[in-house]
Amino acid sequence: MRTHSTNLIHKLNLIAVKIRKHVIEMLYRAESGHPGGSLSAVDALVALYFHHMKHDPNNPDDPDRDRFILSKGHAAPALYAVLAECGYFDVKELKNLRKINSRLQGHPVNYMIPGVEASTGSLGHGLSFAVGVALAGRLDKKNYNVYVMLGDGETDEGQIWEAAAAASHYKLDRITALLDRNYLQIDGNTEEVLRLESIRERWGSFGWNIIEIDGHDIGEILDALHRADEHTRQPSLIVLNTVKGKGVSFMENNVDFHGVPPNEMEYRLAMQELNLLEKKLEVYY
Amino acid sequence: MTKKRINPRNAYGETLVELGKKYPNIVVLDADLSKSTKTIMFAKKYPERFFDMGIAEANMISTAAGLASCGKIPFASTFAVFATGRVYDQIRMDVAYSKANVKIFATHGGISVGKDGASHQMIEDLALMRVLPNMTVLTPSDAPQTKKIVELMASTEGPMYARVGRASAPVIYKYEDLKNLRIGEGIVVEDGDDVSIIACGTMVDPALDARKKLLKENDIHVRVIDMHTIKPLDKKLICKCARETNAIITVEEHSIIGGLGSAVSELLAEEGFSIKFKRMGVKDTFCESGDPKDLLEKYELNEKHIVKTVRQMI
Repeated sequence: MRTHSTNLIHKLNLIAVKIRKHVIEMLYRAESGHPGGSLSAVDALVALYFHHMKHDPNNPDDPDRDRFILSKGHAAPALYAVLAECGYFDVKELKNLRKINSRLQGHPVNYMIPGVEASTGSLGHGLSFAVGVALAGRLDKKNYNVYVMLGDGETDEGQIWEAAAAASHYKLDRITALLDRNYLQIDGNTEEVLRLESIRERWGSFGWNIIEIDGHDIGEILDALHRADEHTRQPSLIVLNTVKGKGVSFMENNVDFHGVPPNEMEYRLAMQELNLLEKKLEVYY
Repeated sequence: MTKKRINPRNAYGETLVELGKKYPNIVVLDADLSKSTKTIMFAKKYPERFFDMGIAEANMISTAAGLASCGKIPFASTFAVFATGRVYDQIRMDVAYSKANVKIFATHGGISVGKDGASHQMIEDLALMRVLPNMTVLTPSDAPQTKKIVELMASTEGPMYARVGRASAPVIYKYEDLKNLRIGEGIVVEDGDDVSIIACGTMVDPALDARKKLLKENDIHVRVIDMHTIKPLDKKLICKCARETNAIITVEEHSIIGGLGSAVSELLAEEGFSIKFKRMGVKDTFCESGDPKDLLEKYELNEKHIVKTVRQMI
């Protein structure tokens, strides 16, 4: 296992808090959106965009770039915040989320915002899109990797399994799917709504390499991404064990915050918690 | 005299092979129907650029969008039922909304599919595709026109849907005469000033036969328009027909709801034309198994019924 310097991990943790603050701020201003699944996805997004992926905000169409596809499009606020902090567009624009005449649509649109690869929001499409991107990369003899984030509830969709079969059939080892395993979907616990377990056995039987980690541990995420990249002949699935609403105590594991933004009091409390966490990390640094 | 017939599906397959040489970035996807859609011709010539996605159409369309995002020109093919209704959401999100350069080429459109029955007779595809923003909708009427339209699909950027039928089609055009064919510009195949028949796809040929009969037997002068592009619609030509002829009939192997007939009637109403008007097509019903000829007779989509309709209107 590779180990990353504590400095790097600390730096990324600090960025993750910043991203979470953006998410809360954006959703509060937008008065709509999805806090739970945005917050659970943050750490993996930060690990990808601020360390692991080969990408250049000044050249978003670079044919050699690694690709990231947010199949669970409702986590758009987290993606927008990450892209803005990377420099794809001005951070000030984040306040326009879901506002009229804004590029920051409720769910991402490929041609509107630099850095967004695919238009998502209708669940189940992203992994198929990734299959196309990986096939193109193979034809063009490119070395880019394709990362796609799936919601766990999203894998109820049949198309996910069509794509899982295709990625395996075509041995698309450049594809790494990250499964945001937070156990909650709108109607409740994933195992009660439509059972997903055993994820390991299901995806394994489709011919995927499975890696299971703590989805909020930056060090584990970086290691897993590296292992997935190194794995050949099979696509990889990183099961990110996460907490829906991660980082804001009263949103954690609370299904009521799937698609409901914070009110003013909740906003203040959430920012207080995140500011405290940020301070703590800064002091440690 | 028997007509020369060529299957537009063969024209599609052959044209793909030709284009494969000219455009190294063309890729072709199919969903386990390559022998029927004729994409197998491309598969044999360029196996590395052909992807059989299995009986998984949704995955095929979104995969095509992923390929397009990397500069490929994907042609995705299957039967019209599976190429549209089954994958509407994938086309809506990943192709139309995303402005992806994906070309969906469907075969087996309409009721002349025949004995497979209503499950395989697609009569709603033009409606489904026409309603999507950014989408171009094409219905070539014979093999040479299919070749020309497939070439234009490859050379024109943007989301596109084209459909042909299952059967061999009488040859209407010489390929050389289609040099000036443009997407969005209908063709006046035969001129006349009594009635305009605006037809598309498989219905252009019976419209031409009906014209001959009406001229000979009734001295009725019919103008036949081949409206190969349903969207964007050739508004100029339709308005011209409304001004210059006394009645307009649309004919399509499709439901009378949502396709060519709807598009033309919407235009005529909005432009304020008060003109005799009739939509010929499948009258809001699912059809059934049967010989294509018998089906077209029963559902009133052949030369005989076009002639009858024109006579009733004049």
